[in-house]
Amino acid sequence: MAKKIKTNPNAGEIRDGIHYHQHDVVIVGAGGAGMRAAIESAPQASTAVITKLYPTRSHTGAAQGGMAAALANVEEDNNEWHTYDTVKGGDYLVDQDAAEILTREAIDAVLDLENMGLPFNRTPEGKIDQRRFGGHTRDHGKAPVRRACYAADRTGHMILQTLYQNCVKHGVNFFNEFYALDLVMTEVDGVQRVSGVVAYDLSTGDIHVFQGKSVIFATGGFGKIFKTTSNAHTLTGDGVGIIWRKGLPLEDMEFYQFHPTGLAGLGILLTEGARGEGAILRNASGERFMERYAPTIKDLAPRDIVARSMVQEVLDGRGAGPNKDYVFLDCTHLGEDVLENKLPDITEFARTYLGVDPVTEPVPVYPTAHYAMGGIPTNNDAEVLADNDTVVPGLYAAGECACVSVHGANRLGTNSLLDINVFGKRAGNNAVTYAKTAEFIDLPANPAQGVIGMLDELRASDGTENVAAIRKDLQDTMDMNAQVFRTEETLTKATEVIAGLRERYKNVAVHDRGKRFNTDLLEAVELGFLLDLAEVLVACALNRKESRGGHMRDDYPDRDDATYLKHTMAYLAGDPHSSVATDHIRLDWKPVRLGTYEPKARKY
Amino acid sequence: MSDAAVAEAGEVIVEEEAPKSFTVTLNIRRFDPEVDDEPRWVDYDVEMFPTERILDALHRIKWEQDSTLTFRRSCAHGICGSDAMRINGKNRLACKALVKDFDISKPIYVEAIKGLPLEKDLIVDMEPFFDSFREIQPFLQATSKPEKERHQTVEQRARFDDTTKCILCAACTTSCPVFWTDGQYFGPAAIVNAHRFIFDSRDEASQVRLDILNDREGVWRCRTTFNCTDACPRGIQVTKAIAEVKQAMISGVKL
Ligand SMILES: Cc1cc2nc3c(=O)[nH]c(=O)nc-3n(C[C@H](O)[C@H](O)[C@H](O)COP(=O)(O)OP(=O)(O)OC[C@H]3O[C@@H](n4cnc5c(N)ncnc54)[C@H](O)[C@@H]3O)c2cc1C
Ligand code: SF4
Ligand code: FES
Repeated sequence: MAKKIKTNPNAGEIRDGIHYHQHDVVIVGAGGAGMRAAIESAPQASTAVITKLYPTRSHTGAAQGGMAAALANVEEDNNEWHTYDTVKGGDYLVDQDAAEILTREAIDAVLDLENMGLPFNRTPEGKIDQRRFGGHTRDHGKAPVRRACYAADRTGHMILQTLYQNCVKHGVNFFNEFYALDLVMTEVDGVQRVSGVVAYDLSTGDIHVFQGKSVIFATGGFGKIFKTTSNAHTLTGDGVGIIWRKGLPLEDMEFYQFHPTGLAGLGILLTEGARGEGAILRNASGERFMERYAPTIKDLAPRDIVARSMVQEVLDGRGAGPNKDYVFLDCTHLGEDVLENKLPDITEFARTYLGVDPVTEPVPVYPTAHYAMGGIPTNNDAEVLADNDTVVPGLYAAGECACVSVHGANRLGTNSLLDINVFGKRAGNNAVTYAKTAEFIDLPANPAQGVIGMLDELRASDGTENVAAIRKDLQDTMDMNAQVFRTEETLTKATEVIAGLRERYKNVAVHDRGKRFNTDLLEAVELGFLLDLAEVLVACALNRKESRGGHMRDDYPDRDDATYLKHTMAYLAGDPHSSVATDHIRLDWKPVRLGTYEPKARKY
Repeated sequence: MSDAAVAEAGEVIVEEEAPKSFTVTLNIRRFDPEVDDEPRWVDYDVEMFPTERILDALHRIKWEQDSTLTFRRSCAHGICGSDAMRINGKNRLACKALVKDFDISKPIYVEAIKGLPLEKDLIVDMEPFFDSFREIQPFLQATSKPEKERHQTVEQRARFDDTTKCILCAACTTSCPVFWTDGQYFGPAAIVNAHRFIFDSRDEASQVRLDILNDREGVWRCRTTFNCTDACPRGIQVTKAIAEVKQAMISGVKL
């Protein structure tokens, strides 16, 4: 058998040192959302997937606890209850028609994955097993319900592997370790139309231009604007940043989720599935404090509530440890069997990284920056919006980088793995349908000019500022001033610090001047995106003078539906390089699509 | 939980109060393809806390001393498979190797994994590795069209659990002496992933994969040195999986 002929990655056609490719559909990102889209599009149309990581390195693989779907395999459940929970969990900032789609298509999304080979845990009857998760309830909040389909605490790993396996099956054309750095738009009859993507090949330093009829962004989150985070080092929000720099809006950026149970000091996640299996949060004196904050569902309240309660315990002096700065996740009563079989990975994380054995000791935990509810605004067909309702033809977004919005002000656990599958599939299908009738839009004269200029400037700079130092200062200020509790004062402070960092960034130094595998250069580029997104997040947070879901303003502790039951829309308007946020960020609003569920006080 | 347990946990933490940092020397095998003819070893001193990872040390070097140092990494907690490297002669994930587990009175040697073409510093070309993976048809092949999920008993699911954990980090394959001398050998990781499907009760293409692995460069090359099992950061019983595949070739698949 002919073996291991080195695959010649499609070099495209080279003109003036730049590689040009043409594909009907160009997908940026090979996490769960990008690959789910590729599985729809690759069999039907010429598809390229550009990804800065090998697909199996994507952070979807880190997801642990489960994927929600009202299969009712183990107890009564239905998708209307799931919709209700999603809307209420999102503090009524959810677009209710989108949530209905999410929960209705959830069933098929799970079955698709099973049929593709995903090894779910099984019930004694051989069906997909389900477990409890925060905020998911039976009959509109009566009691926790078993809705999360799971594979031990490796659900994300199994999803990522299964999707990659099926991409291999379909022969999907991946461009691995290619960094998308720009979206190409061409003016046609006075309108900006999508014509392609510019990417940087890490291994050679070459520039590639991918002309596409439709382009899907599936680039994941941007947790690295924070210091304590469950997110990977590579989650720097490049895709969201690219869209922002193109002058397209971003939605609900102030809504960032802090997951309650990160390993203290490290941020590595311990899934909510642990509490789903019965683990309990305790303060220094051993008290199960969630009984005070959410009497009905206690430790299984949604994440925003649990995270705030934990921080409140610490602020009130009831934290544990030498600095009284964390609480405990107590799994000791679950028994070794449950821990080793249903939660093996997190058991190992606690042992490896904290030297704490969850079988016998409570684990020190503290909230960790986890998930961006906001991002690139899309409609229910995953089409990107240029304003409150104008679609950008041919441009799609799905997954954590997108904001549909199915998560509103606070995402429920297990609803993101669901989101990437439901809306990843929709994006893939719609992108193909569009490409089938659309023509390629001509590329502008020098499509890569902007990217080449940016890279040359960075590479040639004789700057004195250190990338890591600026990033650290950014992360420190975000943790200090824009985390679980925010006020006018802390957010103003963050704004000032970020402005200073943006000035310093202009003088940043890149020491590696080489072409091949220049990660020094890419870290500088990624930092630019982090600074942009942090600036937008803080501006949106300052602007929303109420508390809702993941956005808690200590100076405006109540939800204010009369004024703020609407999505934030942020636009870049002015000099993108300016360090003064108000110079170039314009904020607007977009109505929430309400439906069956009237906003009510959120009690659990 | 009893108060005693909390007090106990408190005490453990108190003992660790004000952990001391110390200087660790990393000796890293560097190679810049645009400058060097041969790789060269370079020493770096870094301040580290005992519970920190080798990945933290590499970051500290890159971020504070020499930003040209090049390596792959993403998740930083052993889940993405980016940062397999040879640390003191053993394949490990840098993000799962803690400083305290090394004798820091001596330098810690860090180099790229062996057997795949070296690209730059700690980065190798992963394509040959993924080619082998793709060749064993690593996807479920089942013709039935179930209305809902395919059923599988808890026991059937458990049969291949171990090999579903693979993160394709290549630590096993690049620790294998057979692979070092014969780059055509499929290597343990590809066999592990074949095992994952061969023993999945839902799959119908076991024989196809067994035939592929019955090849001259297939399972029979394995000399059972157990390097792969030692190297696997996911604790997969790699050698056992290979043995089960060999057994299946001889006496058929037992589910
Ligand atoms: C530790 C952890 C546990 C979680 N557990 C759960 C859970 O149990 N249930 C649940 O529902 N959700 C969970 N989540 C959330 C969920 O996993 C993520 O939101 C989701 O997987 C994101 O998928 P994605 O496809 O959007 O992005 P990712 O999987 O992050 O993929 C992003 C992709 O974009 C690519 N990319 C990024 N930038 C570029 C660029 N510039 N050029 C080219 N490619 C680029 C990357 O290479 C990558 O392939 C968890 C999250 C974390 C961090
Ligand atoms: S079997 Fe283990 S060592 Fe080998 S690639 Fe998979 S996870 Fe890595
Ligand atoms: S960085 Fe992901 S496995 Fe080490």
